Amino acid sequence: MFGYAGRVLYVDLTTGKTRTEKLPQETAKSVIGGIGLGMHFWLTNSKAKVDPLSPENPLVLAIGPLSGTMFPTGGNGHAFISKSPLTGGVAEAVSHGTFGTELKRAGYDAVIITGKSKKPVYLWIDDDNIALKDAAHLWGVSPAEVETTLKDEIGDYYIRVAAIGLAGEKQSRIANIINDQTRAAGRTGLGAVMGSKNLKAIAVRGTHDVAVAKPDLFVEMVQDFHERMKGPAAQKHRTLGTVQNLTINNTLTCLPTNNFNNSYFLDAGKINADVLNEGYVTRIIACNSCAMRCEHEAAIKEGTFKGTMARMEYDNLWAFGPNCGVANMNYIIKAAERCNYYGMDATSVGSTIAFLMDCHEKGLLSHEDLEGVDPHFGNEKAIYTLTDKIGKREGIGEKLADGVKVAAEKIGKNSAELAMQIKGLELSGYDLRCLKTTALAAAVSFRGADHNRSGIYAVDIRGTVDRLKAEKGSGKIVKDHEDIYNIIDSLIVCKNAKGTFDEEFADMAKLYAAATGFEVTPQELRQAGERIQALAKLINKREGLSRKDDTLPPKIMNQPVADDGAAKGAVVTKDELDMMLDDYYEVRGYSKDGVPTDAKLKELGLEKYAKEN
Amino acid sequence: MVKIHQRKFISADPEKCVGCQVCEYACSYSHEKAFNPIKSRIRLVRVNQLANMAVTCRLCEDPACVAACPRNALSQAEDTGNIVLDKDKCNGCGWCIEACDYGAMMLHPETKVVYVCDLCKDKADGPQCVKWCPEEALTIVTSDTLAQKARISAIRKLFQEKEEKQQ
Repeated sequence: MFGYAGRVLYVDLTTGKTRTEKLPQETAKSVIGGIGLGMHFWLTNSKAKVDPLSPENPLVLAIGPLSGTMFPTGGNGHAFISKSPLTGGVAEAVSHGTFGTELKRAGYDAVIITGKSKKPVYLWIDDDNIALKDAAHLWGVSPAEVETTLKDEIGDYYIRVAAIGLAGEKQSRIANIINDQTRAAGRTGLGAVMGSKNLKAIAVRGTHDVAVAKPDLFVEMVQDFHERMKGPAAQKHRTLGTVQNLTINNTLTCLPTNNFNNSYFLDAGKINADVLNEGYVTRIIACNSCAMRCEHEAAIKEGTFKGTMARMEYDNLWAFGPNCGVANMNYIIKAAERCNYYGMDATSVGSTIAFLMDCHEKGLLSHEDLEGVDPHFGNEKAIYTLTDKIGKREGIGEKLADGVKVAAEKIGKNSAELAMQIKGLELSGYDLRCLKTTALAAAVSFRGADHNRSGIYAVDIRGTVDRLKAEKGSGKIVKDHEDIYNIIDSLIVCKNAKGTFDEEFADMAKLYAAATGFEVTPQELRQAGERIQALAKLINKREGLSRKDDTLPPKIMNQPVADDGAAKGAVVTKDELDMMLDDYYEVRGYSKDGVPTDAKLKELGLEKYAKEN
Repeated sequence: MVKIHQRKFISADPEKCVGCQVCEYACSYSHEKAFNPIKSRIRLVRVNQLANMAVTCRLCEDPACVAACPRNALSQAEDTGNIVLDKDKCNGCGWCIEACDYGAMMLHPETKVVYVCDLCKDKADGPQCVKWCPEEALTIVTSDTLAQKARISAIRKLFQEKEEKQQ
């Protein structure tokens, strides 16, 4: 096979046995790779209603047909897929860096990990040689240090490592899986799944060639995209970075502040992209094969936290900054760095701390609960202390380490009204009350509240649609964006490079054919995007999620935007949400309960799942 | 023999290098029609997130690799200063790899003989890594141009500092 490695690795941690199977060509064409391939393998290797933290829940690692090639951003991604301990539905997260390239060169498109090891181990994939090695000495160690240690121990400085930290070991439902020091498969608690299997890390070394079907055309496309990436489409990422969203969102009063009590942050000027870039960003580095390099490495140059370094993006800056009312960049960077250290999703951690602050200010917490921490909005010391406690599951951290939904259950007293989550996954930094097409996308997102399943906030923010209106037609817009994102996450290319594709499906179909030799039309690729969406919905349906879970947090529906400006007073009402859901399901060919109809499944070639519905 | 100040080699500017490894792909693809960093004659080193730099042969004066070879398999080309391998004489012993301070000599995974940057001498448009580098971090230099660049940059910095102090 071209593009694809053509092999799948199965690892049973309970028995220690491993085997490889051929990747069927039909499977590859049908679900492309990445999250599509991962969801396919998860669904076919698991039983309904599996406990996400049990040995029976498979953890799937998958890469796409472009991994290990020279295509900019396409060479470097990988995805983890499982059942989420945070949402109870499908878990998926994509990360970039260099890890995926190595797996391709080792000769695998996917790794399906089942069972549970008796003692801590790491998986060592050395081309054809697969071993489970003792990881007792790595237990409790940060992902970055695991990487360094394994390079020394194995004696090869070009191995690639993805590892969990202490949070994953302690099965925190907001734990992530970190690779290449600063990159994360962040959302939906995949680190906890890995921890539940006593699997500390996956180390990979691959030495095989990666070949594409039409090398001349492929390299010509690479050259063309190099040029595009030097142009305006990548300008934002090449310069100030995603943190620019902070100022844009603030201007539109859609910057969630103080756990969504406000939508405008008065102190945004103290932590905006200019402040970050001028005072902290020491280097902007690239993932493997990328020609637009966007990873902003922020380092603290003086004071108590001197030497602290973290990759800063809008999401982690927002979660610890505006959402906690904090305008102290040093503490925000420190909290982000602690998340990498413990291996936790910064968006979820910051949001959970913001939730605690809200509970505290509304008098829902007793003095004993707080153990000397004063979690009021704006207390920068609290974000640091609490991140540490969450990472260690220590004291009040025990209550918070499983995200806001569980924290609200533990705190009780109607605190669920303050929990900013959908399906259990914490919201990211976009105020859904005044970005109504984004609100629909967040409600229907199969992995829970997240902007990364459609990137739809762009149409609201750019004014392509009236962001304050819930309208018929939004269903189609959301569907179109989701289908593209499903392909982006399956090929895998980088979402930050989306703008460099002139016509997404046409460009991507050409690219896919050049890499794999499988000719697809843009329409067929779009349908693959739809198929992947349906697979995710089938997983969620099988695991018990339905229309009732395609919803919005109470604040989004009941607490109007408080700040002056065009958005003042905005909420998304139940009627608006229902109207948009009906519209979306109809466009998707799903039932009123949000499940793909048998006719739709047949159209997508998924009829074997029809009966189970 | 070409004089040292005329000898051209590829140099990476650590201030510009972002660690993307595009040079490795360009090299392995143009030499061997394969995407595979371990077949690249230039290798990226990322010591940590802040320290990235690609390294390849520097065409040294009195190259240690040539001196180390017990089988006279390596020589330095008279006209360019390139390190040239006689494949039939090389047995892959690795003494040249040990001798090179820059890690520029490598053992090829398939041919089992050493290989090193040839400055893409057969390519009309010159070294492919330089052509492809998205950050223009790679340039073809002589030791003279390196020294010139260093001088200019040092003096620029000095005068900038002076100006800043005066402001």
